[in-house]
Amino acid sequence: MDAVVMTKPRASGMTQVAPLLRVTDLTKSYGHVVGCRNVSFELRPGEVVGIVGESGSGKTTLLNAISGKLPPTAGKVEFDTSRFGLTDIYGLNEPDRRRMQREEWGFVHQNPRDGLRMRVSGGANVAEPLMNIGDRHYGRMRAATIAWLDRVELDTRRIDDKPRNFSGGMQQRIQVARNLIHGPRLVFMDEPTGGLDVSVQARLLDLLRELVRDLNLAVIIVTHDMAVARLMADRLLVMKSGFVVETGLTDQVLDDPQHPYTQLLVSSVLQI
Amino acid sequence: MTARPNEPERYYNYAYLDEQTKRMIRRAILKALAIPGYQAPFGSREMPVPYGWGTGGIQLTAAIIGPDDVYKCIDQGADDTTNAVSIRRFFAQVADVATTEDTGEATIIQTRHRIPEKGLTEGQVLIFQVPQPEPLRGLEARETETRAMHAYEEYGLQYVSLYESVSTHGYIASTVGYPTMIEERYLMSPSPIPKFDNPKMGDNPAILLFGAGREKRIYAVPPYTNVRSLDFEDHPFETQTWEEDCALCGATESYLDEVVLDDSGDRMFVCSDSNFCADRRAAGHAGPMAGHQLAALDKEPA
Amino acid sequence: MSNLPLIVVDDLAKTFVLHNADSAQIPVFERLTLEVGPGECVVLAGESGVGKSTLMRSIYGNYLPTQGSVRVLHDGEYVDITQALPHQVLDVRRRTLGYVSQFLRVIPRISTLHLVMEPLLENGVATEEARARAETLLSALRLPRAHWDLPPATFSGGEQQRVNIARSFIRNYPVMLLDEPTASLDAENRAIVVTLIKEALGRGAAMIGIFHDHDVRDAVATRLFGVSEFKAAA
Repeated sequence: MDAVVMTKPRASGMTQVAPLLRVTDLTKSYGHVVGCRNVSFELRPGEVVGIVGESGSGKTTLLNAISGKLPPTAGKVEFDTSRFGLTDIYGLNEPDRRRMQREEWGFVHQNPRDGLRMRVSGGANVAEPLMNIGDRHYGRMRAATIAWLDRVELDTRRIDDKPRNFSGGMQQRIQVARNLIHGPRLVFMDEPTGGLDVSVQARLLDLLRELVRDLNLAVIIVTHDMAVARLMADRLLVMKSGFVVETGLTDQVLDDPQHPYTQLLVSSVLQI
Repeated sequence: MTARPNEPERYYNYAYLDEQTKRMIRRAILKALAIPGYQAPFGSREMPVPYGWGTGGIQLTAAIIGPDDVYKCIDQGADDTTNAVSIRRFFAQVADVATTEDTGEATIIQTRHRIPEKGLTEGQVLIFQVPQPEPLRGLEARETETRAMHAYEEYGLQYVSLYESVSTHGYIASTVGYPTMIEERYLMSPSPIPKFDNPKMGDNPAILLFGAGREKRIYAVPPYTNVRSLDFEDHPFETQTWEEDCALCGATESYLDEVVLDDSGDRMFVCSDSNFCADRRAAGHAGPMAGHQLAALDKEPA
Repeated sequence: MSNLPLIVVDDLAKTFVLHNADSAQIPVFERLTLEVGPGECVVLAGESGVGKSTLMRSIYGNYLPTQGSVRVLHDGEYVDITQALPHQVLDVRRRTLGYVSQFLRVIPRISTLHLVMEPLLENGVATEEARARAETLLSALRLPRAHWDLPPATFSGGEQQRVNIARSFIRNYPVMLLDEPTASLDAENRAIVVTLIKEALGRGAAMIGIFHDHDVRDAVATRLFGVSEFKAAA
């Protein structure tokens, strides 16, 4: 038997799966102020990457730059698009980029108001991505919406209620359904449980975890909460002052942190 | 009907607007005609009526009218409402044009909220007064975003309003301002006309111009253009129908207004297009309430 | 079955550096070498604090060794856990490398049954089959049926330990790391765990274990490994 010894895995992978996303030397500065600097990583289908760090460390800037919302100052964000293969998303023209974003990505915001249309019903919010990718059959979309509301454990009889009539946790569930119904391959999550009570947060995280596994989703999740990171992420990027100071398997980073900042961050978590 | 005699002394430029403004508006009109359904921006001027009273339509009329034109102005289909009468008098005074109530006779028809029942012909121009030119505005507040959506033909969002309507009512219940697709390219608000009139826009021999004064936009449907009303595969577009016929002229195919007659709930349904109704009565048609006193109001007050 | 070792630990060293305590260095072991073949159960010996758990966690990829390699036979190829990319480590853990820790990491709201089924579901086993196997195992471990639909957060230490064992033995992992799996169990349950371990060894699994209980240790160990021999100089 030819035993291949893995010494330099970065050069030759064990099971070579093409990356879904490749971020190379991504930098975003606001004048003299650095948002994030020289960030590089790859994401494979089904992988969940957590971006952790304290407020102001550049997590959200990085997420926005990766998700096409904030053109970077330097560096590349390549995504394995279904139409063009692995392509720099900022090299695509705007209509192609917007099409790729609505067809292949989802984005769950911390505040449901940023991710939902508050003036239309929860059901229409969930169905909209289907209309955006060209579905013109009401009955079919209605059935898919009901199925998704059920899947995120919402009362399907409330399908026509406006988002404001739902609690914060329920609004977040609507947002999750809205961002998954069209079958995206990559979902961005910005503190998805940030504004919620602890008990509500646990249930939502559990739901997200299950969906990610069942749908084999790739996820980039930003959180300042180490417990959320441990529960959701396969691996972590730890950010400080715009730099990624440590990266690795989630339990390795949290249980045996190497960088002084990560050690401080991990030791600052309250134990219960 | 004859034109008002020219005033001995004119205090305004011909057709009220100065020539530079009219040229600017004509350029916007040409752009709008060249890109059917596209909202061309223009420098909307202050007009001697408030926004919402037809400033967009008045500026379009002023830009294209000439002394040889015959001008008709209707409001909700009627020639005899205050607003229609005032605007008609305005142009008789500032543009020396003949005015008419006869749809067939007019060369320029300015309208609020209706398309005349009588088919238009080549050479006629129908000018719509538009309060909100952006069909997506109710769902997307950002102008930058709606412009991008038009540019990239991202019209899924418009279906959200239809979806809401079906889930609330079981069918697409919106009756006015029903969104249309022009030449399968630009999504367009037909202005607040009833969806009954939507099919009249497609393949129309006349030029259809739309002016939004407050929002500073002009758009157009050139003659013989494809106009499709949006719908779902399982909820196709339908126009309104009435069980009643017109009480005055007996028309069965026209758009009817419901008129409450007294405190005891009596009501009648009459053609919203007053000229169409009067023509039919003159030709001898009669509905169940023919001769009702409302019929006498069809003539323009002196 | 080939007789290639399933775990090859070579020249392994681990020193903790506490950056927020004046960069204090805590050396644990160095130049540690260990091979474990099919059907072997190597029990780590040495007193408390000698680095047994640290070694286990370094092999699992939970701790990052300072030097050396940990190779695990995965899909017929050796994968160096200390160098592999996170997704590769996760793949090794999902299909090859099982770990029974002393503590159950409780996930909010997930039922005991579901928790036990999870390793099978992650490997594409149908829900019904996974459920049947989970139920068999939980019955064997004598966890009351009334508990199965509850999340194990409020269970006693022994009950949580049994859930943990069920979760780890539901799949036939070729390599297993056992970190005090019987610590909070009574004699009868310990005996059941011993049976499970012996069955796995009979299938050719390679195991590394830490057992404080001498009866269990003597029952399952094929050899002892003294971690203290590799104690690093402070």
